[in-house]
Amino acid sequence: MSDSQAPSLVWRRRLQPILLPALAIFTAFVFGSLVIVLTDFSVLEAFKNFASAPGGSLSAAWKAIGTAYGSLLEGSLGSPARMIAALQSGDSKQIGDAFYPITESLVAATPYIFAGLAVAVGFRCGLFNIGAEGQLFIGAICSVWVGITLKGLPAIVHIPLALLAGAAGGALWAFVPAILKAKAGAHEVINTIMMNYVAFRLSEWLLNGPLKRPESANPVSAFIQPSAELPRFFPDPIRFHMGFFVALGVAAFIYWFLFKTTLGFEIRTVGANASAAKYAGMNITRNLIIAMCLSGALAGLAGANEVLGVNHNLANAFSAGYGFDSIALALLGKSHPFGVVLAAVLFGTLRSGSTRMQNVAQIPVDIISVIQALVIAFIAAPAIIRAIYRLKAVGEGEGAVFTRGWGK
Amino acid sequence: MAASTTTVSIKSLAEESHRARSRIFGAAFLIIAFLIFWLFANGVDPVLQSTFGLNQGNVKAEDRLPDWVIPSYGTVVMLSVVSAAIGGAQLARGFGRYTHLMLGLIVLMFIFSFLTWATRDASINLAGMLRTSVGAAVPITLGALSGILCERAGVVNIAIEGLMLSAALVATLVASVAQNLWIGLIAALLTGAALAAIHAVLSIRYKVDQIISGTVINIFSTGITSFISAKFMQVYPDLNNPGTFPNVSIPVLSSIPILGGVFFSSNIFTYGAYLLLIIIHVGLFYTRWGLRVRAVGEHPKAADTLGINVLRTRYINVMLGGMAAGFGGAYFTLGSVGRFDEVMTAGRGFIGLAAMIFGKWTPFGAFGSSLIFGFADSLASKLAILRVPIPSQFLLMAPYIATMIALAGLVGRAIPPAADGQPYEKQ
Repeated sequence: MSDSQAPSLVWRRRLQPILLPALAIFTAFVFGSLVIVLTDFSVLEAFKNFASAPGGSLSAAWKAIGTAYGSLLEGSLGSPARMIAALQSGDSKQIGDAFYPITESLVAATPYIFAGLAVAVGFRCGLFNIGAEGQLFIGAICSVWVGITLKGLPAIVHIPLALLAGAAGGALWAFVPAILKAKAGAHEVINTIMMNYVAFRLSEWLLNGPLKRPESANPVSAFIQPSAELPRFFPDPIRFHMGFFVALGVAAFIYWFLFKTTLGFEIRTVGANASAAKYAGMNITRNLIIAMCLSGALAGLAGANEVLGVNHNLANAFSAGYGFDSIALALLGKSHPFGVVLAAVLFGTLRSGSTRMQNVAQIPVDIISVIQALVIAFIAAPAIIRAIYRLKAVGEGEGAVFTRGWGK
Repeated sequence: MAASTTTVSIKSLAEESHRARSRIFGAAFLIIAFLIFWLFANGVDPVLQSTFGLNQGNVKAEDRLPDWVIPSYGTVVMLSVVSAAIGGAQLARGFGRYTHLMLGLIVLMFIFSFLTWATRDASINLAGMLRTSVGAAVPITLGALSGILCERAGVVNIAIEGLMLSAALVATLVASVAQNLWIGLIAALLTGAALAAIHAVLSIRYKVDQIISGTVINIFSTGITSFISAKFMQVYPDLNNPGTFPNVSIPVLSSIPILGGVFFSSNIFTYGAYLLLIIIHVGLFYTRWGLRVRAVGEHPKAADTLGINVLRTRYINVMLGGMAAGFGGAYFTLGSVGRFDEVMTAGRGFIGLAAMIFGKWTPFGAFGSSLIFGFADSLASKLAILRVPIPSQFLLMAPYIATMIALAGLVGRAIPPAADGQPYEKQ
């Protein structure tokens, strides 16, 4: 109220956009550790003696959480001591091994950037694209097909062609729900989910039939031509490849497109207030379709990136749920391209560390999904976070609204 | 003056679009009629016959019905002619409010033609197939009923998939530990209600967008069920072995030829679904409670003015819907395979929502459309036996594609509750 409080209010207003996501992530991890503790037999055993030895049971709980998150960190970033030792020894193999976890995190972050951008572009137009997973599959199928069948091309032509094929496939897959939404008013949430299932079945069929590598017993495709592989920068165990930089470039492009072009402005206006956009003479149908197809193209690129940069072939269920995680990270990044990149690096780190957590602490990787769901919940309902940490609300615009019934 | 002209022009516009739509339907009917002929009659040898078995496996020898044998070519041609006639009539004058029914009829004829074509010179157990259809329709119906309970009160619930998945897991776990199916079932109902309560709190109290809130619960459920399944059930198989509810034949009804075996010799989940259908139908449309719920879903402000507690009604309905979904979730494990597998619901909750829309937010409409989806589901498994030259993966796509077509074709005209999806703020 008084003037003396004004500076703190200014600070609060500046800080809250960063503070809220940070607290949301922190709180989600606290809940995650609850799940870890409650499903750990040794901890539950220790808690049986809680009355007589409270210290012992608490330290058992603390140890379980520490092992879990410690191995998560070590799996995702590596151990600093090892890195220093490796650098001092100067042996390139040792250096590679020591820095392997951190490069793997970036490898995992790359598809997240694409898929997160996909969902974010949809959000900006008021569309909820839950179909990123299916679009990603179709993108991967298309680019693997181009990567296998086109022969004798120089890499500088072949790689862009394969990436474009992936984008086109994803865009095509998103076009179906887009046109159904624009013309018939069918809600894109259900339709994109249905398209996911159709995409899974389609890839299952392709990998058991037309695309199957003849000499293999498993449903996997042949390897792509070397000319279609995204170049890697380091010797072998390290899979860090050019896709990461392509992703950064695409993020910059999406930023330019959304905030510096007329079409981007129109898309954002349709998302913010469709009636106002219509009143201003914008073509809602066209904008919806363009935004959805762009979203699908980005998701398709995520799939293309995985097959061209990491796997070099297509296997069934190759995606570790990137499409679904991307919803969480688009919300976390406030649907802003740069926010999405940061969130994607964070999620990539979690995802690549979770494998080690599973091996060391016997905690299934699915705990990451639980934590992600909680992150979305806290981001979408900042009031919960504010209530827990007794933060005061500052006038900030809340997120997009999708629930407009089932019709148009 | 101005006002009356606007009314007139709106009216004529509406009529115009109605006629255009009616014509589109007529054209679609004709196209389907042509497809029936072209796909399923063309090139079929007229001497071939299709054989349909009409008995369930467990029928006594003296009660057995003879197989139903029909000429493949003639039947398909006849069905395509009938479809064409309906299409022509639709183009000429339209069926008005019966257009839906005609669409359903034509789809049925298309499917039956397909079956006749697929079984040319072969035989298929039609009764068994209908029976699996009803089985597959049960969780879809329960999902749709859950959706109806929520949406009639104005809360969109796309979390049904997640509720079912979690309930399926809890049912298995609890029933295995307690060695008692009923305790598992109760645990499933409570799980559904608890997760639905989270959805209710997020979307009613915190006014989180209901789609996001539903997605949160879906992702959470996928994560936590896979987590528990990987951490415990795969390590200790005893935790994943609850057994299943036995089939119980209803004394008189189950002896009706064909239909008795299809509808009335099943387990408690099927009967529970029937019971819920009737209770929700009567409750929604013939009781004071139902009138209040519908008022809250259509015009919460008016309901509030009349002294109905809007928020409490919504909380209660969402949690009741959660219990219905929990019951449906328990079907997957205790009523069907007797074992939990990761992400075993495979989109049935979403298909339930489509069935709800297809059935215009009414219980029996939803049941009817669930039967169609269930049929599409069972078609895939049965046709694999018939060596139909279509890869099984394409048949497995059928329910999902049917869902999309249903949504696209009907969502414009099936009108949801007016306040569906909108948070209510008391003034």
